[in-house]
Amino acid sequence: MFVYLDNSATTKPYNETVEVMTKVLTEDFGNPSSLHTLGIAAEKYVRGARKTFAQSLGASEEEVYFTSCGTESDNTALMGVAQARRRSGNKIITTAVEHPAILEPAKRLESMGFEVEYIGVDKQCHLDMEQLKSAITDDTVLISVMAVNNETGTIMPVEEIVKLRDSLNKNALIHTDAVQAYGKIPMDLRGGFKGVDLLSVSGHKIHGPKGIGGLYIKKGLNVTPFIIGGGQEKHFRSGTENTAGIAGFGKAIEISNNNFEHRIKAMSEAKDFLANGLKAELKDIIFNTPEDSAVSVLNVSFMGTRGEVLLHTLEQDGIFISTGSACSSNKKGQSHVLGAMGLKPKEIEGAIRFSFSEFNTIEEMEYVLEKVKKAVTRFRKLGSFR
Amino acid sequence: MNEQNILIVRCGEVALKGMNKPYFEKMLQDRIRRNLKDFKGVDVKRQEGLIFVRADKELDIDTIIKQTAKVFGVASISKAVEAESELNSIGAAAVEYMNGLIEKRGVKTFKVEGKRADKTFPVKSPEIGRIIGAKVLVGCKVLKVDVHNPDVLLHVDVRSDRTYIYEGKVAGFGGLPLGTNGKGLVLLSGGIDSPVAAWMMAKRGMMIEAMHFHSYPYTSPRAQEKVEDLARILAEYCGRFKMHVINLLPIQEAIVENCPEEETTILVRRFMMRIAERIAKDNDCMMLITGENLGQVASQTAESLVVTDASVSMPVMRPLIAMDKVDIMDKAQEIGTYETSILPYEDCCTVFLPKHPTTKPRLEKILESESKLDCEALIEAAVASQEIVNIRVE
Repeated sequence: MFVYLDNSATTKPYNETVEVMTKVLTEDFGNPSSLHTLGIAAEKYVRGARKTFAQSLGASEEEVYFTSCGTESDNTALMGVAQARRRSGNKIITTAVEHPAILEPAKRLESMGFEVEYIGVDKQCHLDMEQLKSAITDDTVLISVMAVNNETGTIMPVEEIVKLRDSLNKNALIHTDAVQAYGKIPMDLRGGFKGVDLLSVSGHKIHGPKGIGGLYIKKGLNVTPFIIGGGQEKHFRSGTENTAGIAGFGKAIEISNNNFEHRIKAMSEAKDFLANGLKAELKDIIFNTPEDSAVSVLNVSFMGTRGEVLLHTLEQDGIFISTGSACSSNKKGQSHVLGAMGLKPKEIEGAIRFSFSEFNTIEEMEYVLEKVKKAVTRFRKLGSFR
Repeated sequence: MNEQNILIVRCGEVALKGMNKPYFEKMLQDRIRRNLKDFKGVDVKRQEGLIFVRADKELDIDTIIKQTAKVFGVASISKAVEAESELNSIGAAAVEYMNGLIEKRGVKTFKVEGKRADKTFPVKSPEIGRIIGAKVLVGCKVLKVDVHNPDVLLHVDVRSDRTYIYEGKVAGFGGLPLGTNGKGLVLLSGGIDSPVAAWMMAKRGMMIEAMHFHSYPYTSPRAQEKVEDLARILAEYCGRFKMHVINLLPIQEAIVENCPEEETTILVRRFMMRIAERIAKDNDCMMLITGENLGQVASQTAESLVVTDASVSMPVMRPLIAMDKVDIMDKAQEIGTYETSILPYEDCCTVFLPKHPTTKPRLEKILESESKLDCEALIEAAVASQEIVNIRVE
């Protein structure tokens, strides 16, 4: 049996995604900037995708930009806001559990003289709101908090963060890395996400292609472009448009949005079945994913095992997952997220992440449950002296 | 004939081989040819104890030099120009050569070192230096002679039919041509040491075959990829070879279940050696080669080595045994395996690492532990499960 449970790493593109991309690459391959009909045909795909993307967020078309990936969107948000607002303040707030696409530019900004405060989390990756409250100063220009954590699925309280900002420093901008949230939780910039100023997403996490990302920037905000050149994307993001990627992304957004309820239900059923099964059948396991998490992720520490060994054991059974640590002899490989949550090294070592898509079935989960049980039992018997 | 670059390749120890010298020279010539087989338009000839590589001018001569320097048995290489062995021709060629250097590097001083391998040449070595030096002074007005610190020490090597003019040498590794000293099976782990051990034996003319143990799923498939990468680096020196890959996990599991924890490592090592010995015999290898190094880890204390050694009857070569780790690391840097070796993938030796491994094992005790296992069946099953990877430079 083939069971793909690493959907937070990447998803399998929808067939329709591949179809539209093939069409763009083989027939409508023109450059949208060209004046001739081929260019116009290509531009149509970009315009259509932009509309779909904007609508999916409750934004307007002039507020969304296509980038090359989630990382570029995150980098652009941080570096672009920091540069544009340099004179209004010197502090940036983010969290200790962000993706490296946020943490690395944050480090860069520190080396450039910015003060960056990293808000901590508890054992289930819930944000320390008290720390956040005291962190927001008059000097703060940007608060960047992910919408859903990639390793635990913990949903961050975007609405409350917006409220805090509104009451403490109206001038601070809010960015959210929604790469893991987009298509997995309801997201509406006129609803629960009202007040968010910048938002990053990525194509390949929602059955779109790799190499395409999106960035929302609220109308009227001044953000310095990160990639400059030929002036595409209204002079905000230069470089010839990745028309095939954009078209594939647009198609993936359309499908995942139209089937939102069904997708959430399928993921949630698979996840609940697996979680309940593990709870019932295995001792000494810790759920690092909270009850009220996004439906897409289940992170579990199997005490007395090593995640990487479980991963390689399960891949022999056709089951694909990911781990919280690359290799126990190498500290650098350990998850900074689980570390920030205060998990002990042994808990991190035994952690694995199952991440779901709407294609997962209960039948698959029965199979996974059986194989995980077998792998964990075997390891515990052998690996006792490590 | 196309215009050609000429390399003078000096043989190291091969030159000392007395009666067998022609055999070693022929092997060396053959190895150089193999290392340069991707180049069309290269000619490799033996002559008067030297090997001459002639390569068409349009070929990348620096790569050819690098590839030639990787051949074991090569002491050094010089890029030369040739002239007829007649003083006027030599002088003209020397002037042209020096003019080239003036243009390229702006040299100002030189000295000529003459040598006559052909004793029938009418002018003696010191005289050659003086005469050609005078011709160069006339032909290159900007140059002066400096006998102590010349910018260029110009060698004029007069041989029976041709004379060779060159400066400088690229050092080879020395050693003996591959294939002149049998074949050995190296236990390749993916660490820093074992590739160096294999390289050192190959340098003495030994053909190499390799074996690698993993513990999948306890080790990552990437760990094996890394070993294959290392093997491919070795193949640049050793030619193509086979790597036998065996999953040691069933044996490790049997040991962990049945034997004392502190003996795990030494027991595993003994199994590795015995399996390697079988594979070696099946593949015409006459020796085993390991990267063991006295005292480096618990399984490499004198006592442990004695116990490991007792598991096989085939000679075990341990070329790194008395080297310091820093020197091994330097060697790994030199041959180009270091950067790959330090990639952080776990190998099978560290998977079931006991908390306190025994550093002074006693053979009787170890044999007693082994008596709890069906060693023969485990070894046979392991040998039967081998996969073979063909290693060659890509």
